[in-house]
Amino acid sequence: MEHIIFYIFSAILVLSALMVITVRNPVHAALFLVLAFFTSAALWLLLEAEFLALILVLVYVGAVMVLFLFVVMMLDINLTVLREGFTSYLPVGALIATLILIEMALVVGPEHFGLDSVAAPVPHTAGYSNTQALGNVLYTVYVYPFEIAGVILLVAIIGAIALTLRRRPQTKYQDPSQQVLVRSKDRVRIIKMPSEKKRGGA
Amino acid sequence: MDMLSTFWTTVPVTLQIVIQILAIVLPLSLAVAYLTLAERKVIGYIQARIGPNRVGPRGWLQPIADGIKLLMKEVIIPSGASRALFIIGPILSLVPALIAWAVIPFDDTLVLSDINAGLLYIMAVTSMGVYGVIIAGWASNSKYAFLGAMRCAAQIVSYEIAMGFALVGVLIAAGSLNLGDIVRAQSGSLAHWFWLPLLPLFLIYFIAGVAETNRAPFDVAEGESEIVAGFHVEYSGMTFAVFFLAEYANMILVSALAALMFLGGWLSPFQGIPLLQGLFAWVPGIIWLLLKISVLLFLFLWFRATFPRYRYDQIMRLGWKVFIPITIVWLLVVGVAVLYKLPWWFD
Repeated sequence: MEHIIFYIFSAILVLSALMVITVRNPVHAALFLVLAFFTSAALWLLLEAEFLALILVLVYVGAVMVLFLFVVMMLDINLTVLREGFTSYLPVGALIATLILIEMALVVGPEHFGLDSVAAPVPHTAGYSNTQALGNVLYTVYVYPFEIAGVILLVAIIGAIALTLRRRPQTKYQDPSQQVLVRSKDRVRIIKMPSEKKRGGA
Repeated sequence: MDMLSTFWTTVPVTLQIVIQILAIVLPLSLAVAYLTLAERKVIGYIQARIGPNRVGPRGWLQPIADGIKLLMKEVIIPSGASRALFIIGPILSLVPALIAWAVIPFDDTLVLSDINAGLLYIMAVTSMGVYGVIIAGWASNSKYAFLGAMRCAAQIVSYEIAMGFALVGVLIAAGSLNLGDIVRAQSGSLAHWFWLPLLPLFLIYFIAGVAETNRAPFDVAEGESEIVAGFHVEYSGMTFAVFFLAEYANMILVSALAALMFLGGWLSPFQGIPLLQGLFAWVPGIIWLLLKISVLLFLFLWFRATFPRYRYDQIMRLGWKVFIPITIVWLLVVGVAVLYKLPWWFD
């Protein structure tokens, strides 16, 4: 049963990953990437790594890809311009592709896999919590790398915010706290005056 | 009763799960249908009207009539639309609202799937709801629908951060990701429920929940006075009905989560009060949970009848500049309280 589920999800994952790079429409490509993330999360669930699987869905599917789609949908991409010059770029592209392929074969070759190099995972007992296990490791053994990664991300956030913080003098800003403080007395002046007679009226 | 339970154990496990799923989804669909009637009635009375009262006794059959009407109507797919995505959009908005119920505990033991990362599962599943709206808006190939989708995407991503932080506060306070354990951590009395120590987080969670479900006053994704009906302007008949169902199912889900995480779930409000505790001991826990969900749902309807729609830039300001800082500060407060085992709640 577990094998059938594994192969179904693997097939969907490989197919959707292929579709990401072959479909013409960039929005469809992004949606296939979402499907790929989702199925790989399902595969992780089969490996009893429920924390990683749920975080993958939460972060990549729920946030990153939403923003990605947001941008891709807003872009007005002319596909014919993109496809021009395919033959002239082909040699360079092929060279880079072979280089990457060789590099990947060196690092993730078949000799690194199989049951003699990686032990078969042991099924955990019922009370095992993947979240708790990860937390224990992350905050004891790997506490410094974890904190350094956090600081690097913080720097990136500050950098991104600083880049958008430019004063544009022609833009008019509103200050909601000032708006809330406004009272009707500041805006409307009620004047008391005696009524006047109409001039030239009947 | 004994015969029933022995019969139940002979049923194959897969069939058992399917029956349990139906036992959740069918009452939920009924609740969605009657929530639409409740909304029209409640808003009617708030506006000094009676609301629908023609179909059936006192208008009780109105949701059935509405459902039949929507089923019989023609489903129109615009010629410029992306056909497959146009159909997938509404489905993707309804499915997350339903599958999240898998981990919701209705009682101390009554839960479909008692997983220990329940809260994470809820966050992951509800974060997928936005795809339905975005895909529908894009696939419609219409300017208004697209504007609605873009507004919705930006709004949901913004409020999800505040919502997530509020949930982090709950999980620090309860020390568990399991929804059942979170409720059990609140037992004691009405004052032990997390609404009191986590009051700012409770308010922010509920307001962010209103924003996430695109309900008034945060319904800029529909904004009928500005962009006609936003993301579902091109939808008709059954496909429109699915969007409608999704919105109400999401409202019920947000209310249920707020009841579980801040209002003590299935716990009796009279717990710890000497006389009343005994008087109301016979009430099953699920009744309390349903009552709490109903009160929160009434708030949803009340909001819609009371507040004018937020301006878009103010929605963004509220989400990023007000809610997120408050949640971060309160996370610190909760962390310190748990660390020093603040009496009453965290001892």
